[in-house]
Amino acid sequence: MAQTLPPADVAIVGVGAVGGVAALPLARAGLVVVGLEAGPWLGPRDFAPDELRNNVRGWPQSAQKANREVPTHRPNASAPYSPRRAIHPMMNAVGGTSLHYWGQSWRLNPWDFRVVSETTRRYGASRIPPGSTVEDWPFGLDELEPYYDNVEREVGISGQAGNIDGTIDPRGNIFEGPRSRSYPMPPLRGSGFTEHMADAARGLGWHPFPGPAAITSEAYDGRPGCVFHGFCSRGGCHVDAKSSTAVSTIPKAQETGDFNILTHAHVTRIEVDDDGRATGVTFIRDGQEYFQPARAVLLASYTYENVRTLLLSTSDAYPRGLANNHGQVGRHYFSHATGAGVTALFPFELNNWYGAAAQGVAVDDWADDNFDHAGVDFIGGGNLWIYTERRPIAAARMDTFGRAPRWGSEWKAFIRENADRWTNTYIQKTTLPYEDNYLDLDPEVTDPLGFPVCRITADFKDNERRIAAFMQERMVEWFTAAGAIDTIRLGLGTMGPSTHAYGGTRMGDDPDTNVVDRWGFSHEAGNLGVLGASVMGTSGARNPTLTAQALAWRTAEHLVRNWRTIGEV
Amino acid sequence: MANRSDDPPNGEPQPEKTGISRRELLKRAGMAGAAGALPLSAAAPAVPSEPAQEPFEALTAAESDTLEAIVARLIPSDRNGPGAMEARAAHYIDRALAGPLASSRNAYASGLAAVDRYAEESRGAPFIELGPEAQDAVLGDMEFDRATGFNPDSSTFFELVRTHTIEGTFCDPYYGGNANFVGWDLIGYPGVRTVVTADEQRMERTPPSNRRSAYDYPMFTKGGA
Ligand SMILES: Cc1cc2nc3c(=O)[nH]c(=O)nc-3n(C[C@H](O)[C@H](O)[C@H](O)COP(=O)(O)OP(=O)(O)OC[C@H]3O[C@@H](n4cnc5c(N)ncnc54)[C@H](O)[C@@H]3O)c2cc1C
Repeated sequence: MAQTLPPADVAIVGVGAVGGVAALPLARAGLVVVGLEAGPWLGPRDFAPDELRNNVRGWPQSAQKANREVPTHRPNASAPYSPRRAIHPMMNAVGGTSLHYWGQSWRLNPWDFRVVSETTRRYGASRIPPGSTVEDWPFGLDELEPYYDNVEREVGISGQAGNIDGTIDPRGNIFEGPRSRSYPMPPLRGSGFTEHMADAARGLGWHPFPGPAAITSEAYDGRPGCVFHGFCSRGGCHVDAKSSTAVSTIPKAQETGDFNILTHAHVTRIEVDDDGRATGVTFIRDGQEYFQPARAVLLASYTYENVRTLLLSTSDAYPRGLANNHGQVGRHYFSHATGAGVTALFPFELNNWYGAAAQGVAVDDWADDNFDHAGVDFIGGGNLWIYTERRPIAAARMDTFGRAPRWGSEWKAFIRENADRWTNTYIQKTTLPYEDNYLDLDPEVTDPLGFPVCRITADFKDNERRIAAFMQERMVEWFTAAGAIDTIRLGLGTMGPSTHAYGGTRMGDDPDTNVVDRWGFSHEAGNLGVLGASVMGTSGARNPTLTAQALAWRTAEHLVRNWRTIGEV
Repeated sequence: MANRSDDPPNGEPQPEKTGISRRELLKRAGMAGAAGALPLSAAAPAVPSEPAQEPFEALTAAESDTLEAIVARLIPSDRNGPGAMEARAAHYIDRALAGPLASSRNAYASGLAAVDRYAEESRGAPFIELGPEAQDAVLGDMEFDRATGFNPDSSTFFELVRTHTIEGTFCDPYYGGNANFVGWDLIGYPGVRTVVTADEQRMERTPPSNRRSAYDYPMFTKGGA
């Protein structure tokens, strides 16, 4: 029998990058908020610069829930399953994946909110790729701008503005939409190598700029500036310079006295009453089942778990899963194409050993609709990102560019010379949702509790493949201009489990094609909100988290303003 | 070169390409379900860093001899300095097989036995008794799936050992490999620093090696992997 706990105003499922942001406006408004978090607290002592542990073995000291429920994948409904990944590197701890992510903190560009209408206006409706279910967002960048601004300050983002109220600053991204003011901190410093790459980009007539980062570039909010030690990707920060929610919005929310976090609380169901309203959540902690009653529930457990939890929460009111009477939960799923990078070999040392993956130089000239697409056979594009941070195991695993075998004396001589002469790049590309790309429950594979894991049925289509090939050409051009002597184009691969997973609970005005309304609340269960990139209908050519955090703040603020109609029914 | 397109986010090499089959997976899920316990504290016990010459923990004497001989050919000691043997990569692997890599223990048992069987069949003696050239020929056969008698095939075992040998040569010395920093010195990795200045990030001005492990800094909790 589940033990019932004292009621809360709001229960947040998952206290990660987005749940940890939503807590702050709620707690400041005096609502009693309980955060149910599957993982523990982790702190600076846990964040050792240990490549084997962090990057190879997937954080064995965290709860590793994500590793125990890695989604299964098949490219389409009749294709064989892909081999299952051993690790899904999302973090299970207070602060979630913001503890060990790269921290690139992008706003979407204006085009990303209006893909359908802008494409139709500029090129004609026939340019929307066949089978795509993409829709315009229910609002534009201007609506989200104040929330971006809030989050940039409360979380702590460094960066160089490129467009303040329409005034372009060429030191920043000249393609970004208007912002009301600059970032609260200057951008992270460049390294010798990133400055070298920026020079090469300018030589090509492109517009390089330092990327925005959830990392302090100087003392901020009682935290010191970044120390660039080179273990940032998949490593937590030992000086709290990474602006995870665990060191920013979460402690601020706790200071109000109204935000209580229960760690090691694995939520298994959202409960509803006969009218279909959410009544609270059931969770398991130390083998014991509990029920946390709440007047409103915010689901913030990352895309796969958001979808899985809804589908598992069946009831008389929702026989096909919570908020799924329109059959939209799991639909409009897509993920970033992080494959199709380019690896380059230089004839000189880059000294790329230290730094941070968010310390780098970006080129946005080929992203979104920043260039004329009349002569190309795709819409959207990609953001080119060159960054620092090389670690020894990864360095030794470098590609040998066909210039040496993969072991033995010749290989050893090759890596001795070249371990610091190569680099990867990160090309973030537009991915669209399609009719036949979706999430559901795996009919066979279960997690250790016996619940089915999430199943991904998805693959890239022609639009994504063409973008990938086009962007690789641009990247090769850039590397060559910077003096690279060899480049390798990596394969695009298929759409397996992703750390940039979008959709599944899409936001929009039409309940027939969207799970949540323009405020992030279910069209069906009005006191159930969904937070995270699962509500986003387009990806842009940039990482999701800042946008998901701005949306989370907006959903939470909407709940505060409309507490009478949403919470106190 | 393996297709790296399904790499985890942000272009990092996928570390353990264990490629669990769907059937095996179902089996495991079933077993875990039967155990019924909540997976909340699966942290492996901390293993203290030990001085050289401790006995092998997981592998038998014969297995460890063969493994030592393999790693010594994958990353040999030569004019470019010490190799995987001096880095104690085989000891790293052995210790890991008794802990976090326990799921690979059976693959090593059958793989190392298959290496010797194949060496005997194709070159007339067990692996450790072959000369360096014959040993390299056996490894080359394994890499390109020309070696028979492996389950599922020889390249799978070759890649497993190669991956772990690289880990054992270039990992933080805390884990028993990269002894005396021979791996980091080979590729010029200047050591773990907790603060890096702008000057230390200039191009072609790589700072000198400080020969420090993460766990030389008392601020970090040891263990965990
Ligand atoms: C290595 C890496 C680098 C990345 N770099 C970037 C980057 O540079 N920029 C960027 O924008 N994005 C980046 N991302 C993606 C980014 O981490 C995610 O977009 C972001 O963390 C998603 O926020 P979230 O709150 O939805 O999920 P998380 O931050 O993962 O938080 C979800 C939380 O919910 C908890 N939880 C899950 N299930 C349950 C349950 N059933 N019950 C209770 N709690 C539960 C989890 O333990 C976790 O704490 C990166 C990801 C990785 C892995």
